[in-house]
Amino acid sequence: MSSSGESFRAGIRIGIPLAAASLLLGISFGVLAEPVMGEVGPIVMSAIVFAGSAQFAATAVLADGGGAAAAIVAGTLLNARFLPMGIALAPSVRGRPLWRALVGQAIIDASWALANRGGGRFDVHYMLGATIVNYPAWVAGTAIGALAGGALGDPSDLGLDAVFPAFFLGLLANELRGALSVGAALVGAAVALALTPFAPPGVPVLAACAGALLGLRRL
Amino acid sequence: MSAVWLTIAGLAVTTATVKGSGPLTLGGRALPGPLLLVITLLAPALLAALVITQTFAEDETLVLDARAAGVGAAAVAIAVRAPLLVTIVVAAVVTAGLRALA
Repeated sequence: MSSSGESFRAGIRIGIPLAAASLLLGISFGVLAEPVMGEVGPIVMSAIVFAGSAQFAATAVLADGGGAAAAIVAGTLLNARFLPMGIALAPSVRGRPLWRALVGQAIIDASWALANRGGGRFDVHYMLGATIVNYPAWVAGTAIGALAGGALGDPSDLGLDAVFPAFFLGLLANELRGALSVGAALVGAAVALALTPFAPPGVPVLAACAGALLGLRRL
Repeated sequence: MSAVWLTIAGLAVTTATVKGSGPLTLGGRALPGPLLLVITLLAPALLAALVITQTFAEDETLVLDARAAGVGAAAVAIAVRAPLLVTIVVAAVVTAGLRALA
């Protein structure tokens, strides 16, 4: 039994509760997107974009009457954080170029954070396992929301919008080992809080990466 | 092509590019030492920012609503070392409960 197989299965196990949350969030995305994109559009979007916050942002732009270019820019800004996350992951990703690019597609916030082993190392198979259960949940949730949304009511009535920040807070608690990580979190939070009223959605989280520059202080 | 399908196709391309370019161009190579600690600290910085924006941001404004109470309840659950699944259920239940009362 290979250790990468064990990592993959452990990733699947940790990914199941996360997938349950994604199913619920996918339902809320389907409900919100159906009036804007019809029944098929949201499902296709979840299947080939697979990036929740970017999908919500692009849909909101279209719903407000914005064009495709504005919607793509808004969604891409929210995704911009995946670039530094991919760079962090890169040293742990081996294999052919096509495989490495494919592994990058499995980066989602929660899987990436859960696969972080500290010291710049990531357990790639663990991340793949956690993401692979998330994908069908996100697409199926979107389909349920888009096709049966009217019968489900308002997802915010169910408190679903609090699920992901609570989840990220739980992940954050595991990351806080020592003064530097606490400092990086505080800087990140402060930057996000300060920029939210002024910058387009997505920019505050991207700019919060600056908190990680505290790592240069000790060198 | 309609704006909807153009958006879906365009966002699929940019997302795949943003996610794939790090592993594609730098895959398997050790990062220079000074970058290593910066990379390690990306997770707490990013997660803290995501907690802030997903708890308090409504587009470009900061709001304090039932969601914040739900995430506050989740913080208590985390402090008493509740499992992650319990933590997120607590957040949803408290948020939904407050909205039902409002």
